[in-house]
Amino acid sequence: MHGFFETDILSDMQKPFYVKVLLVVTLLLGINVFAQEKDHSPSEEKGSLKSEIKEFIGHHLLDSHDFTLFTIDEENNEHVGFPLPVILWDNGLKMFSSSKFHHGESVAEVDGNYYALYHGKIVKTDAEGTINYDEAHHATNAKPLDFSITKNVVFIFLVAALMLFLFARMANSYKTNSMPKGIGRMLEPIILYIRDDIAIPNIGKKHYKKYMSYLLTVFFFIWIINLLGLTPLGVNVTNNIAVTFALAIITYLITTFTANKNYWKHIFWMPDVPVFMKIVLAPIELLGTFIKPFSLMIRLYANITAGHVVLMSILGMMFIFKNWIGSPLSFGLAFALALLELLVAALQAYIFTMLSALYFGSAVEEHHDH
Amino acid sequence: MEKLIEQFSFGLFFWQLLLFIAVLLLLRKFAWKPILDAVEDRESGIKDALAAAENAKKEMQNVTADSERLLQEARGEREAMIKEAREMKEKMVSDAKELAQAEADKMIKQAQLAIESEKKAAVADIKNEVATLSLEIAEKLIKGQFSDKAKQLKLVEEMIGDIKLN
Repeated sequence: MHGFFETDILSDMQKPFYVKVLLVVTLLLGINVFAQEKDHSPSEEKGSLKSEIKEFIGHHLLDSHDFTLFTIDEENNEHVGFPLPVILWDNGLKMFSSSKFHHGESVAEVDGNYYALYHGKIVKTDAEGTINYDEAHHATNAKPLDFSITKNVVFIFLVAALMLFLFARMANSYKTNSMPKGIGRMLEPIILYIRDDIAIPNIGKKHYKKYMSYLLTVFFFIWIINLLGLTPLGVNVTNNIAVTFALAIITYLITTFTANKNYWKHIFWMPDVPVFMKIVLAPIELLGTFIKPFSLMIRLYANITAGHVVLMSILGMMFIFKNWIGSPLSFGLAFALALLELLVAALQAYIFTMLSALYFGSAVEEHHDH
Repeated sequence: MEKLIEQFSFGLFFWQLLLFIAVLLLLRKFAWKPILDAVEDRESGIKDALAAAENAKKEMQNVTADSERLLQEARGEREAMIKEAREMKEKMVSDAKELAQAEADKMIKQAQLAIESEKKAAVADIKNEVATLSLEIAEKLIKGQFSDKAKQLKLVEEMIGDIKLN
């Protein structure tokens, strides 16, 4: 374990990755979801370290129904963590604890219905937990609507609570003093930066105020949750397409519902071009309004996912090159990449906010002669 | 892409949307609005204070200029007053001199007149006296002469000659 000794002497900054290394080790030994994975992909080399690492990374990127920090003993199914509530809508609301799945090992029985975990998703099964496949090797079992409080939902709750706590406290400190106190000293310049360098230049002095709440919330939400993704808890919320989709759709709705006449005119009847071009441009411009938030969604998702995949692959290299060159090299690379990821966490929040502001700006732009 | 759609979790989407909108609304009410208002208040306060300071500076300059001007004026006035006083003094002195001269002249003239009239009176008195004396003398002489006719004539002639001399 070269990596262990390397990390031991380093400061707290690198601790997440040392813990992640441990996580790799422990989870490599456990997680029975892998067993099922192997069932339907016999072409993969069974038991090979490479495929195990690949599967682990795939698993890490997914949401999960319980909060597992460590797997102590794979044989006896001993995990450190806690179960989370499962909420299903399947001809009526069904609520039960995810401990019933025993980390995917067993089928949960609720009101005469049987549910099993398949690739991290809840599917309806019979009492034996049979999974049916079609020709393309996809599970054909019915999937009930899943509103479970998953690991990611827990973190969304936590970030929401943290933001409320931080900013409400900061707002309170202004009641007695016109200068910020405590953490507000750090947060105020960021808030001012978003106002003065993102909102006002892109939206304009006249309209920026009504968008400030959204821009600030989305910036801090993405930033904080990206940073939490870099902690040893290993929770990646923004690498779920559902999360980025939700954020992008809010941007899209705000843009659409606050847009003025000038905005729609530029979409459906572009001024100062021939009539034929107006007709050609209208569908393109209309499509553009959907592509803009779509690009927001994909950009955030892809950046965070890619960062995590690369980071974990480099960490996985440590187990492939089990020699004195490989481990320090892998560690050094992982360290450099982790620093880069810190930047990416803030950068993606900035880009999302910036582009949202740009779209809002185009929605409220006043008519001017070209 | 297929994997993305397969991975899409409606539950997560639902929770994200719900929680995000909830936190957005709560933050707007309890955080963003007070924070942005406070910051804006502070900024406008600073702006006002700067403008006020600038005004005060300008006013100060005005006041300095004013006082400078007043001082200048006062100085000028003082000089004018001194000059006037000096002129007045000179005028008074010269006036007094003139007056005194005039008075003295008048007095001298009066004195001269008085002397003249006194002299005239004296001359008249003397004439009278002389006339009286002459008459007495003449009377006496006449009385004496009347005894000698030749002497009488001679005396008359002499007396007439004397009178002509006078």
